[in-house]
Amino acid sequence: MPSFQDHLSSVKSSVREVQPEAVRDRIAAKAPMVLVDVRERDEMENGFVPTAHLLGRGHLEARIGKVAPESDAPITLYCAGGVRSALAAWTLQQMGYTNVESMAGGFGRWAQHGLPVETRKSLTKEQIARYSRHILMPEVGEEGQLKLLAAKVLLVGAGGLGSPAALYLAAAGVGTLGIVDADTVDLSNLQRQVLHTEDRVGTPKVDSARKTLSGINSDIKINTYETRVDSSNVMELFAQYDIIVDGCDNFPTRYLVNDACFFLKKVNVHGSIFRFDGQVTVFRPGVGPCYRCLYPEPPPPGMAPSCAEAGVLGILPGIVGVAQAIETVKIVLGIGHTLEGRLLTFDALQMKFRELRTRRDPTCPLCGPNPTVTGLIDYEQFCSMER
Amino acid sequence: MPITIKIPTPLRKFTADKDAVQVEAATVGEALRALDGRHPGLWQKLVDGDGADAKVKRFINVYAGEDDIRFLDGLATAVADGAEIAIIPAIAGGG
Repeated sequence: MPSFQDHLSSVKSSVREVQPEAVRDRIAAKAPMVLVDVRERDEMENGFVPTAHLLGRGHLEARIGKVAPESDAPITLYCAGGVRSALAAWTLQQMGYTNVESMAGGFGRWAQHGLPVETRKSLTKEQIARYSRHILMPEVGEEGQLKLLAAKVLLVGAGGLGSPAALYLAAAGVGTLGIVDADTVDLSNLQRQVLHTEDRVGTPKVDSARKTLSGINSDIKINTYETRVDSSNVMELFAQYDIIVDGCDNFPTRYLVNDACFFLKKVNVHGSIFRFDGQVTVFRPGVGPCYRCLYPEPPPPGMAPSCAEAGVLGILPGIVGVAQAIETVKIVLGIGHTLEGRLLTFDALQMKFRELRTRRDPTCPLCGPNPTVTGLIDYEQFCSMER
Repeated sequence: MPITIKIPTPLRKFTADKDAVQVEAATVGEALRALDGRHPGLWQKLVDGDGADAKVKRFINVYAGEDDIRFLDGLATAVADGAEIAIIPAIAGGG
């Protein structure tokens, strides 16, 4: 039986080797070269050679055709020390590739020589297991999951809407979740605000939210802000996030969130509820309509009672908040059709969804061609005016 | 075929809890007039003004089919037999 050493030396004698410095020069000169990393996934965590395709050895034969469709393509393989890449190069030669070489000393020598190393966040084994049902779907995949982990989403309100939205966004692996809410947990919240528990009554909602969410997913970063969003803090707060999920409970904050999102060009995922009715839509500043295009003015005080005054079916925010979470994830992934330009209304009593068209209003004081709202205003006053 | 006006939850106290009211009308304005005839006071809740310049209040949207009548012909927007008009008020709850 031939020994491994015999096989290796016969392989090495038939495979051309290239020094790391030569590979570096080719990369710098953008010379044609299909560079392939054949190491295992966990070996790539400390970095890889820039421009390398991270194919791994296991499925190399099956995957090489995608990055090197021509049999005379100049292919350079590397592993950690130069053995596996030599064996892999020999295999590719058997497949009919005529211009294959192996990098001498592999990534180890590359790094030792202080040559440039690129690191891309790749999923850890635990993350691959945790998010496997996402990764299985081509619409998400590993790349999509990495996007979710890199996403920064701010939830305005940790109440009826914010609770279900936060639970699912945390579980989905949205990497940074911000939660802003000034309230403490009240017994009357537990009928619908599923983030909170009996033993946290009287404690800040943001603290309760952090406990629940980090129990579901310790892999994500949770930022909490025990404050009320207002004109003095909204710009600095929103600027740190990609997407704002509006689950607040009053008109002044709705208009504030809308205007701040417009000025900062942040997508606003809007949800609102009243008794048995829900509304969901997405506002993308400068592209689609904004909240002011949809509702130019707030109802006069007394005309639109709050949930605290008029009641709300406890389960209703589940539907609406989860719809907001779905839209948020779709926006991060860039898949599907969002509710931009559409208002989804939900009537729980009839169990009916309905879709209405929303449009940019050419007379919109904020996002129209002749804006009169050019900075944050006094929203309490705006919403308390009798018209 | 009559026009169906869908009544949102906050206004059902004015329609004896009915979630839809059927009227005969050729325009949205006529439909809301007929609604007011059936349930007096609703016109004033929904519309500013009375004459030709009457407009739906700016915190309420009225849709003919899927479209906001503010972007069509306002209260003069024509509605065909069997059409559905939806009144959608702004709601702000979420807490």
